[in-house]
Formats: sequence, C-alpha cells, structure tokens
Amino acid sequence: MSTVVGEMDHNDHHHHAPPGITRWLFTTNHKDIGTLYLWFSFIMFLVGGSMAMVIRAELFQPGLQLVEPHFFNQMTTVHGLIMVFGAVMPAFTGLANWMIPMMIGAPDMALPRMNNWSFWILPFAFAILLASLFMEGGGPAFGWTFYAPLSTTYSSDSTALFVFSVHIMGISSIMGAINVIVTIMNMRAPGMTYMKMPLFCWSWFITAFLLIAVMPVLAGAVTMVLTDKYFGTSFFDAAGGGDPVLFQHIFWFFGHPEVYIMILPAFGVVSAIIPAFARKPLFGYASMVYATAAIAGLSFLVWAHHMFTTGMPVFAELFFMYCTMLISVPTGVKVFNWVATMWRGSMTFETPMLFALAFVILFTIGGFSGLMLAITPVDFQYHDTYFVVAHFHYVLVTGAIFSIMAAAYYWLPKWTGHMYDEKLGKLHFWASLISVNVLFFPMHFAGLAGMPRRIPDYSLAFADINQIVSIGGFAFGLSQLIFLWVVIKCIKGGEKAPAKPWDGADGLEWEVPSPAPYHTFDTPPDVYDVPPEAK
Amino acid sequence: MSIRLITALMAMLPMASQARSQFNLTQGATEISQRVYDLHMTIFYIVCVIGVVVFGAMFWSMIRHRKSKGRKPAQFHENVKVEIIWTAIPFLILIGMAIPATSTLIAMEDTSEADVTVLVTGSQWKWHYKYFDSDVEFYSLLATSRDEIDNKLEKRENYLLEVDRPLVIPTDRKVRFLVTSDDVIHSWWVPDFAVKKDANPGFINETWTQVDEPGIYRGQCAELCGKDHGFMPVVVIAKEPAEFDAWLAEQEEIARQEKEEEQRLLAMSMDMDELMEVGERVYLGSCAACHQANGEGIPGVFPALKGSEMALNDMQGHIDIVVNGKSGTSMQAFGNQLSLKELAAVITYERNAWGNNTGETVQAADVNAYMNE
Repeated sequence: MSTVVGEMDHNDHHHHAPPGITRWLFTTNHKDIGTLYLWFSFIMFLVGGSMAMVIRAELFQPGLQLVEPHFFNQMTTVHGLIMVFGAVMPAFTGLANWMIPMMIGAPDMALPRMNNWSFWILPFAFAILLASLFMEGGGPAFGWTFYAPLSTTYSSDSTALFVFSVHIMGISSIMGAINVIVTIMNMRAPGMTYMKMPLFCWSWFITAFLLIAVMPVLAGAVTMVLTDKYFGTSFFDAAGGGDPVLFQHIFWFFGHPEVYIMILPAFGVVSAIIPAFARKPLFGYASMVYATAAIAGLSFLVWAHHMFTTGMPVFAELFFMYCTMLISVPTGVKVFNWVATMWRGSMTFETPMLFALAFVILFTIGGFSGLMLAITPVDFQYHDTYFVVAHFHYVLVTGAIFSIMAAAYYWLPKWTGHMYDEKLGKLHFWASLISVNVLFFPMHFAGLAGMPRRIPDYSLAFADINQIVSIGGFAFGLSQLIFLWVVIKCIKGGEKAPAKPWDGADGLEWEVPSPAPYHTFDTPPDVYDVPPEAK
Repeated sequence: MSIRLITALMAMLPMASQARSQFNLTQGATEISQRVYDLHMTIFYIVCVIGVVVFGAMFWSMIRHRKSKGRKPAQFHENVKVEIIWTAIPFLILIGMAIPATSTLIAMEDTSEADVTVLVTGSQWKWHYKYFDSDVEFYSLLATSRDEIDNKLEKRENYLLEVDRPLVIPTDRKVRFLVTSDDVIHSWWVPDFAVKKDANPGFINETWTQVDEPGIYRGQCAELCGKDHGFMPVVVIAKEPAEFDAWLAEQEEIARQEKEEEQRLLAMSMDMDELMEVGERVYLGSCAACHQANGEGIPGVFPALKGSEMALNDMQGHIDIVVNGKSGTSMQAFGNQLSLKELAAVITYERNAWGNNTGETVQAADVNAYMNE
C-alpha cells in the first residue's frame, strides 16, 4: 500500500486548492466542505450556547430579572433549533465529508457539486432563523417542538420564516444523506467490502437512511403548520375537523429517529477511538453493525413515548412502552462491546480517549434515565420536567457533542498536519467534564422534585439547585473557548504530525500523509490484504 | 467518579424521600402515587446496579489495563456466546420491569365508577373548574403578586404555587377529571396525585384520583402554553366528604346570590372613580399579562390598547371584543369569565387609562344590553 501513497504524493503537485475566498465558495473538495461544515457547526455551537447562557442567567435566581417570559421562550426555542440542526447535525456531516472518502479509499464524495450546495444553503437557513428574532413580535417562541396550535393560531408572524428555514435545513440534510449513501455504495476501494468498512462509515450509512426517511416528514409537519396559520387549513385545529395531537404524532415520527441521527455517528466515532487507544481490535464488530441497524429500525416504532400524557389508549401506551424498553437491548450491546474492547487492552489516555471514555459513561447515564422515562406510569411524573431536560442533555451534550470533541482531537493531526497541544486538550477535557456534570446532573433532582421545563421563573424550593446548575452552565460555556484556542493553535503550528500519530489506530485515513493532501486516493488503494475488523 | 456519585445518591434518596423531597419524586397522597413512587425507586435501583457492574468493569480495566503498567494488549475480538448472554440478560431484566409497570398503568387508566366529576379547562393562563351535577364553576388564577415576581417584594412561601380560588375535592372518593382546553395545549399536573394529563383544545381527556388525606396539594401547568406558561399553578384542597358537601352547597348559594346582585346592579349606575378602581384591579388580573400594565402590549404579538382606535372611538366594537373575544387570536371571550360589573369597569378603565381620556363610562346595563342583543 505504501507505493500507492507514494504515487499519490507525487500527483498532488498538479492540483492545489484555488486561492482566496473562491476556494471556499466554489469548492467541490470533500475536505474543504468538511472543514466548512465543522467551522459552521462550531460557530452555531457558540451562538446556541450563548442563548443557553441567557437562559441560565435568568434562572440563576427565582423571580424575573433579565428577560421577559416571551423572550425567554424565544431563547429556549432557538437554542434547541440551533443546537440540533445547526451544531450537532452539521458537525457530523462535516466529519462524514472529511473522513468517509478517506476511510473507504475513495477520491472524493460521489456528488461533489451537490455537496457544495448542501453546505452553502445552511448559512442562509440560519441567517433567516436568527433574523426572525429581530422581527416585530420576536422569533419562534413555541419550543423547538413547535406544538400546534401554539405554533399556528397563537404564534407571531415570524413563524413563516421559521418554516422556511427548517425547509432549507431539511433539504441540506437530505442532500448530505444522499451523498453519503451514494458514496458508500459506489466508491469503496476494491476489496473494501461492507463488513470491512470502519464502523464510523457503517453508522453514517445507516444514519443517512434515517435522514432520508424522516426529514421529509418534518418538512410535511412545518408545511401543515404554515398552511394552518396562513391558508385556512385545519390539520391541527379541532374546529375545522383536525386534531392538535396529530401534529405531535407527525413531529415525533420525525423526532425520534432524529435522536438516533444525532447519536449513531457518535457510536461510530467512539468505536474508532477506543480500539486505537486500547491497542486492541474492536470487540464484536459484526454485532456492533447489527445493533446499530436494530436501533435504527426500532427508532421508527417508539415515537409516541414522547406523548404518553396526550391521552392515548392504554393499548397504545403499552405498545410504545415495550418498544422503547426494547431499544435498551441493542444499545446495551454496544456499551458492553466497548467495555470488552478496553478489557485487557493496553490503554493510554490522550484527549480523544478521555472524551470517548467520558462519552461511554455519561451517555450510559443518559440511557439509564431514558429507560426510566420509558416506563409509562412513572413517565407521567417525569414528563415535561427537568428530569427530561437532564436526560436529553446527557445524551446530546455528553453523548453527541463529547463524541464530536473526541473526533476533532483524534483527527486534528490528520487535518492540520500538526499535533494539538495535549496539555490544553486535557485542560479542556477536565474543565468540560466537571462543569457539564455540575450543569446537568442536578437537573435530575429538580425534575424529580417537580420543576417543569420551559419556565422562566420557579418556586423557591428549586432556588439552590438552579443556582448550582447555572454556575455549571457558565463554566461549561467558558470551557469551550479553550477548545477554540486549541484548534487555532493546532492549525497555526505545533509539532509535525506523522502519517499515523496514534500507534494503535487503524484505517486507510492513516495511510496518507498528515496533513492529508488536497486529493487523496486518486488511484484506489488495494485493501484485499486488510483482514476485516482486525489490525 | 460516577460510581461515587451513584452511591452517594443511593444513600441520599431514601432519606430525602420522606415527605416532599427537594431531590426525589414525591410519594404523594394516593395509592396510585405510592405505586408510581415504588416503581420509580425499583427501576432506579436496577439501573444503579447495572451502572455499578458496567462502570466497575470499565474502571477496573482503565486502572489495570494500562500501557504505563506495561500491559501487552490481548487480541481477542469476538465471542458469540458472550454476545448472546449480554443480549439475553438485559431482555430478562426488562421483562421484570414491564410486569409491575403494566399493572400500574392499567390501574391508572381506569376512570370508571367515579363519585365526583370535575371538568378542568385550561386557557392562557389560568384553569377553570366546573363541578358536574351542581352549579359551581370558577376560574383559578395565580395569586402571587406581580411585585414578588419582579423582586420588589419578598417572595412568600408558596411563591408561584398559590391561586385565588383552589379546586376543592373530597377525600376517600374517586374523583374523575375531564380535561380540555380553550386555546393551546396545557397540561394539568398534580405531582402528589401522580396525575398529569394534557388539555387539548377540542378534545376531552379523562383521568382520576382518590386522595387519602385531607390537605393542600400543589402543581403546575406542564406543557409550554405561551408567554405565562410558568405562571399558571394548580392548587387542590382535599376535604373530608362531609366538609366537601357543605363547601359545595355554600358555593352554590354564593353563585345564586351573585346572580341576584348582578340583576340589581343593572338598575344602578356607577361613577367614574368606582369604575376605574374596579377596572384597574380586573385589568391587572385578566388583561395585563398580554396587553401589559402600561397598555402598550407587545408589538407584533399583543396589540396596544393605549391610543388604539377601538379604545378611543369604537365603544360597541370594544364591548364586543371583550365579551366575545376574537377568534383565531389569543384574545379570549371574557363574557363568561367576568361579572357584568367587572366587564363594564374594565372596559371603562381601558377607555380612560394611560391617556385614553375619552371621559366615557360603560355601565353594567350597557354590557348586558349588548349581550342580550
């Protein structure tokens, strides 16, 4: 294989990136587009995070201090929308763009022009969403779940902008998903059979099918909101023969698979990092693939567990409770496999590994509270309280976002050609780990004790907990600036990174030099000699 | 770290669970809420045990299997037997959880053979209660003062959890709640009853409770319902059945007297000062949440009344919108929420406050005439 790499180095003189801003505007290069996605998602992470800071500042003490309830609701709504659609999803798409072609030995994504478009419409979508905050009447204030009729009859006119921006986000996601599927199905190097693909490719392959299945459903939901509000339809209005609960069924039929869209790629990242730093092959590769597929399949059968209090028949409640509990089986298999991978390995604890290990533990805690939430009779108590807020922040922040951080540290040497500052990386990790738990763990208690979510003010019993949570929130927000510093420092310089900076790492991306040349694998590598999950 | 956290948690919870805990679910005041609490604790302990096993193995491995200790990595990477075992065991644990969950759920959803039925209607941002088989119905509004919320007064004990007229129910009787809404979706939640049911506009949901102990039970709206979602608490007082019956009879009598009073009022006319005084109180209670205390509204969401065309020039239109509301907007119909006197006063107030100096008064008779047109 080294001969292939050598040739590629030689070829590389002939096509460098075009200079200036046009490089980024017109690029069809998967690495450039990956970089754009990652920077975009980090900017959105800071924007959405600053909204969380407003929320936590208002909730620091009981009483209304800083913002009006109407603006508070806009902050919770837009914070959610930005973090889901602007931070987590584009970050994973960025990782997919950068890594999937290199992992399967392809020269680029299969549909490079569409790739350019799917990225460049995103900034417009979020510009529209953020601009709506400055409209008369304010931006969307009905929660990121935009339940009708609060989002139809009772919403301000910025709803039209909200609908339009969600449409654009959906188009972008669908195009990104199509690209991943077409690339993986057609562009694998000779000998790279499906069951030899790295798990990151597998988990993204499955995620892409979920995206194609459910993003059109979301588009349908927002369109019905639009026509209910402006064109006299009554999909969600009982007075015209509709049903507000229908909205929730449609929304969560999108919304639950969406949850797995945001976590399956994280599973893929962690499945790459843990074996690398345990210096031991991933345990149970095949069962990991099947478990991912099982989770994806089950994700279509559990949507109504978000709706246990809407007044469903007992039979439906039982069905959705059982299906939801069942999801913990394949999820458990994945956790057990990761632990078995570490078992009797030879572990070191560089920053990517620290984030990956924190992911396994904290995501599992989020899974535990998820299992508790599945139990319908108790869910009546947990539903719409801070217990739910704690649960989904454990799976999304210490789950999805920690895995993205892990991925960034793991592949930064490949992207920049420099080693990142390990000391600063570890500082970022420990600051994040401690503050994130001060932020989210006490929320479990607030929720159990009865604090509803999405309220700008609360009764005195919750004062102490909220103060602690807010302090954790500010600390976690500030800690992320360390990450920004590490990344900038790493781009600007640092110790030269070898082609394979992690001695236990495995995969084609480590066969090319660091930084990865603008074009890689113009001639496909020969991977017949790579045994499946081994190495 | 997390192991220590969990053990600390396990030690803390049973202690904290006495009475209303700041850290855990309430055991509540009903047989059902106790069953829900027990189920919650059972599942909590199960996940704790799983957590100790899984994280224990992980930490053991992280401590023992380090490169710095000179460990050479093993090379095993699959074992079908192990995979089957750790698929089957969680499955069996889940069955163990599902059995008590199923029986509790079925008990909770059985609303048959109720002794008392109350219709609970949510609207932005208050609850309305109507007793079946009697003439008693009333709105229940947040009783915490604006000054406490704005940090101008010290907050009292039941800050944000107190209402002007609580719901009263009998103990030891099965009370059925029919839950619905006038506008957006709300959710009626009393943690001590383990009852949380969405109030969906245009549909009626059913739920029930049977309270063992007399007492005051507090809850809140649980579904985001707009600007003042955080300010629509639920307060339920449970009384001994005999006391409850006496209370209900008394309320019927009060309602009858109020109607008579209303008729007497039609013949009288109130002066501007009295109208403005009553009007201001009603305005702050029922209107200021949207139109704001200064009458300026929130641009783009809730229209201003100060200087508005309707408040200055269109008295009939003004009475109409207050009495009947405006469909397709947040403007509710106040015709059946406020008395004739209150309606007249608040309309007068809106036409004469904040520089809207029309000098016109609206009398109860004017409103009555409009309603009977």
